[in-house]
Amino acid sequence: MAFIAQILHMALVLALAPLLTGLVRKTKARLLGRRGASLVQPYRDLARLLRKDAVVADNASWLFRTTPYLVFAAIWLAASLVPSFTTDLLLSPTADLIALVALLGSARFFTALAGLDIGTSFGGIGASREMMIASLAEPAMLMVTFTVSLLIGSTSLVAISEHVLLHDLGLRVSLGMGLVALVMVAVAENGRVPIDNPATHLELTMVHEAMVLEYSGRHLALIEAGAMLKLLLYVSLIGCIFVPWGMDVAGHPAGFPQGLASYLGKLATAGILLGLFETSIAKMRVFRVSEFLGGALLLGLLAVILLYVSRGL
Amino acid sequence: MLSAIFVALILHLIGGACGLAGEKFALRVVYLLSAAASGLAALAALAFLLGDGTPIEAVLPIGLPWLPAHFRLDALSTAFLFILNLVAALVSVFAHGYGTHDFEPKRILPLYPVFLAAMNLVLLADDAYSFLVSWEFMSLSSWLLVLANHRDKQTSHAAAVYLIMASFGAVALLLAFGILAGIGGDYSFAAIRHATPGMLPASLVVALVLLGAGSKAGLVPLHAWLPLAHPAAPSHVSALMSGVMTKVAIYALIRVLFDLVGSPIWWWGGIILLLGALSALLGVLYAVMQSDLKTLLAYSTVENVGIITIGIGLALAFKASGLTTLAGLSLLAALLHVFNHALFKSLLFLGAGAVLVATGQRDIERLGGLIHRMPVTAATFLVGAAAISALPPLNGFASEWLVFQAILNGTVLPQWLLKFALPVVGLMLALAAALAAVCFVRAYGIVFLGRPRRPEAAVAEEVPAVMRAPLAVLAALCVVFGILPGALIGLLLPVMRQLLGPNAVPFSHSTGLWLVPLRAEQSSYSGLIVFLMIAGLVGLLVWVIHRFASARVRRAPAWDCGFPDPRPQTQYTGSSFAQPIRRVFGTTAFRARETLDMPAPGETRPAHFAINLRDLVWEGFYQPFIRLVAWATEQIDTLQFLTIRRYLTLTFASLVLLLTIVAVWQ
Repeated sequence: MAFIAQILHMALVLALAPLLTGLVRKTKARLLGRRGASLVQPYRDLARLLRKDAVVADNASWLFRTTPYLVFAAIWLAASLVPSFTTDLLLSPTADLIALVALLGSARFFTALAGLDIGTSFGGIGASREMMIASLAEPAMLMVTFTVSLLIGSTSLVAISEHVLLHDLGLRVSLGMGLVALVMVAVAENGRVPIDNPATHLELTMVHEAMVLEYSGRHLALIEAGAMLKLLLYVSLIGCIFVPWGMDVAGHPAGFPQGLASYLGKLATAGILLGLFETSIAKMRVFRVSEFLGGALLLGLLAVILLYVSRGL
Repeated sequence: MLSAIFVALILHLIGGACGLAGEKFALRVVYLLSAAASGLAALAALAFLLGDGTPIEAVLPIGLPWLPAHFRLDALSTAFLFILNLVAALVSVFAHGYGTHDFEPKRILPLYPVFLAAMNLVLLADDAYSFLVSWEFMSLSSWLLVLANHRDKQTSHAAAVYLIMASFGAVALLLAFGILAGIGGDYSFAAIRHATPGMLPASLVVALVLLGAGSKAGLVPLHAWLPLAHPAAPSHVSALMSGVMTKVAIYALIRVLFDLVGSPIWWWGGIILLLGALSALLGVLYAVMQSDLKTLLAYSTVENVGIITIGIGLALAFKASGLTTLAGLSLLAALLHVFNHALFKSLLFLGAGAVLVATGQRDIERLGGLIHRMPVTAATFLVGAAAISALPPLNGFASEWLVFQAILNGTVLPQWLLKFALPVVGLMLALAAALAAVCFVRAYGIVFLGRPRRPEAAVAEEVPAVMRAPLAVLAALCVVFGILPGALIGLLLPVMRQLLGPNAVPFSHSTGLWLVPLRAEQSSYSGLIVFLMIAGLVGLLVWVIHRFASARVRRAPAWDCGFPDPRPQTQYTGSSFAQPIRRVFGTTAFRARETLDMPAPGETRPAHFAINLRDLVWEGFYQPFIRLVAWATEQIDTLQFLTIRRYLTLTFASLVLLLTIVAVWQ
C-alpha cells in the first residue's frame, strides 16, 4: 500500500504543481483588474518549451546541460517525501526535515553553478544573490526545525504530521512564530515578492530568473517546472507541519479521497493567499533581504527560547 | 598488526634516506615508497578495526636508557591511523607526479617521509614522552616543508608564525602532560589513566590541551598560523597538513579529554562547543572572502575543525551528564566528520595543486573555464566541493546531519546554560553550512566555469594520469562513504565502546539501508536511496524527454539579454560574487569598508575602488599579546648586561626559591 501511495503521491505533485502556479498568477491578475491567462496556461507553456530545440551557448560545459535534469530530479525527490494526502509513504524515512532542506540546497548549488557556467554577468549576479539569500534562509529553516523538534521530539515529517493530528498541542505561541518564520523562508526560497519577482522583465532586479537566463527549450522547461514543484513542496510542508488535518494516517485507501480533498483545499487556499500577499506588498531592495530573513531567523530562535521558558525553568 | 605498522615506519625512514640521494633517483623512489608504506599501514589498521579490538602494546628501547618508548594500538588510535594512512597513500601517489614541479624537490624529498612517520608515531605513542617527541617531529618536519619555497617573502613570514605557534602549542602540551603525570612522574598513558586528578588540575589540563592541540587543529582564535602555513607548503604537503595533521591534533584532544583526564565536567563541554561553533562560523566567513584558492581551502579547514569540535564538546557534555548513548552519537558524528573532511579536503587541495601545475596560478581571479581544459580535475573537484558543502547524498552531509541530530537531542541536558547555548550553536553551524555552499559555488564557479580570465587558464593542459588517479579515488570514496555511511560507522563503533563504555551504542536501530541515530520515528536518512532515486529520476527524465519531446541541441553565442560582451573581464569575479556576503556579514565580522574614488567628469585619472577588511581576531587577540611580549622582553633585557657577581646571586636566589617551594609542597 505504501508503495502505491508513494507512486500516486509522486504523480500527484507533478501534476498539480503547474496548476498551483497558474492559480497564483490568476489570482494576481484578477486583483490587478486583468482577466489573466487560463489556469492551465503553465501546462501549455511547459509543453511548448519541451517541444522546442534547446539553444545552448557555444562555451557551455556538460555541467550546464546536466544541471536541469539533476535539479528537477532533486526537487521532485524532495517533494515526494513531504506527505500530501497520506502519511503512509514508502520513501518517507529517506530524509527528515534537515535532509529535505539539504536536498533542496543541492538543487540550488547546481543551479548557481550553471548560472556561472557561461561566464555572463547576469548569470553571476543571479547566482551570487541567490546564494546570499540561501545563506540566511537555510539557518532560519533550521531554527523552525529546532522549534518543531523540541515540541514534538522528531524531525521526521511523517512523525510530525501524525503527532500534530493525534495529540492536542493546543495553541502555542512558539508554533505560531515558527509558522511565520517558515512562511518567510518559503517566500524567500521560492523567489516570490518581496524578495524576488518571478514575473520581472528588468534584468537587474532579477535573482532566480537572472541565474537561469541562458536556458531555453527543454532545459528551461525543467527549470521552470522545478520552480513550480518547489512552490508546491513548500505549501505541502507548511500544510503537513501546521495544518495536517484531513490527511490519512491509517494507510488505508478508504482515507485517500478525504485526504486528497483536504490537500486540494489547502493548495487552493495557499495559492490565493500567496496571490493576495504578493499584490499587497512591494518588492524590496536586495540588501533589505538580509533584514527580512534575519527577522525570520531570530523569530525561530525566539520560538525555541520561549518554548524553554513556557516549560518552566 | 603493530609489526606491520612498524615495517611501514621503517619503509618511511628508508624513504627519507633515499630522499638525501640524487634528485632524479629520489624523485622516482621516495613518493612511491611512501605510498607503499602508507598503504601497508592503512591495511594493517583496517585489519585491526575489523578484528576483535584487543589493544596491542609494545615497549621498545628507544630514547634514554631507563625510559623506553611505549606504543599501543587501540580502537581510537587505529581509527585515526586508518584515515591518516589511507589519505597519505593517495596523496603520495599524486606527489609522484606533482613532485617534479616543485621548485626545489631536494628540500621536500627527505622530509616528506619523516613527516608521515612522525604523524604515525604520535598516534601510536602510549607515553607522554614519545608522544611529545613525535609531536615535535611532526611540527618541525612540517615547518621545514612549509619553508620549501623559502625565497618567497610570504612563505618565510608564514613559517615564522607557524614556528612560534607550534612551539607555544608544544609547551602547552608539555605542561598538560606534566600535570597529568603529577609528582610521581610516571609518564606512561596507562599510569595517567589510573590516576584521578582533582577538579582544578584536570580543568587546567583541559585548558592547556585546548591551547596545545587546538592551535595545531586551527581552532579560533589560535588559527592564525594555519591559513598562512598550509597554503605556503607544496600542494601535496598542504593536503596532508589540512587533511590529516589537523586530525592528529583532534586525536590528541580526544585522547586526553575522553581517555586520560578522567571523568569530565559539563562546562568543559560547553566551552569546547562554543569554540567549535565560533571556529566554524568565522572560518567559513574568512574563506568566502579569499581570492587565493589554497588560502580559501585552509580557512575552510578551520570551519570543518570547528564542526568536529562541536561534536567533541557535545559528547563531553553528554558524558558528564551520564547520557552515554547521546555522547556516543555526538562523538561518532565528530569522528565521521574527521574521516570525511580528511577525504574531501585532501581531494580539494590536490585539485588546487593540479590547477597550479596546469596554470601556475592560485589566484582565482586569474582562472576560469578550466572545466573544458581539465575535465577530470574539474569533475573530481566538483565532487569535493559538493561534499564539503554538505550536499546529500555525499559524505559531508552524512556527518553534518549527525552533528545536527546530536544538537537537536541536546535539549535533554540538565544544565540550563547548555540548553540555551545549543540553539545558538545550531544556528551558527547552520550558517556555517550555508556559507560553505556559497564559498564553494564561488570557488568552483570562478575557477572551473565561465571563460578563462587570463591566457594561462586558456591554454591549461590536464595533469597526467598518475595525478588524476588519486583524485578519482578520493572522489569515489566521498561518494561511497556518502551513500553508505553505515560501513564507516560500523568501523567506528569500537571506538565508542572503548571511550564511553559498552552502553554507548547509538544506531542500534540502523539497518543496512537507513541511518537511524536513535529511534526510527525520530529521524532517519538514507544516502543510498537519495542517490538511487536521483539517478533513477534523472534517467527517467532524460529518456522521456529525449524520446517524446525534443532531443536536439543548437549551439549559439551566449544570450546575455542581447548584449553579450566577448571580453572575459565582463564576467562576474570572485570578489563581486562575494560582495553580497561582504555586505551582509562582513560589515560586522570584518568591519568591511568599500571606498570608491570616482574622478569628476573630464578628469583623466583612473577611478579607484578598494575593499578594506580588518581581521578582528588578529587585532583584538594577537596584537595585544604581541605588545605584551615585546614589553616583557624589554623588561628582561636588562638582565643581559649584569656582572658575573650579580648573575651568581641571581642563580643562588632562584635555587633557594625553588627549594623552598619544594619544601613547602611536601
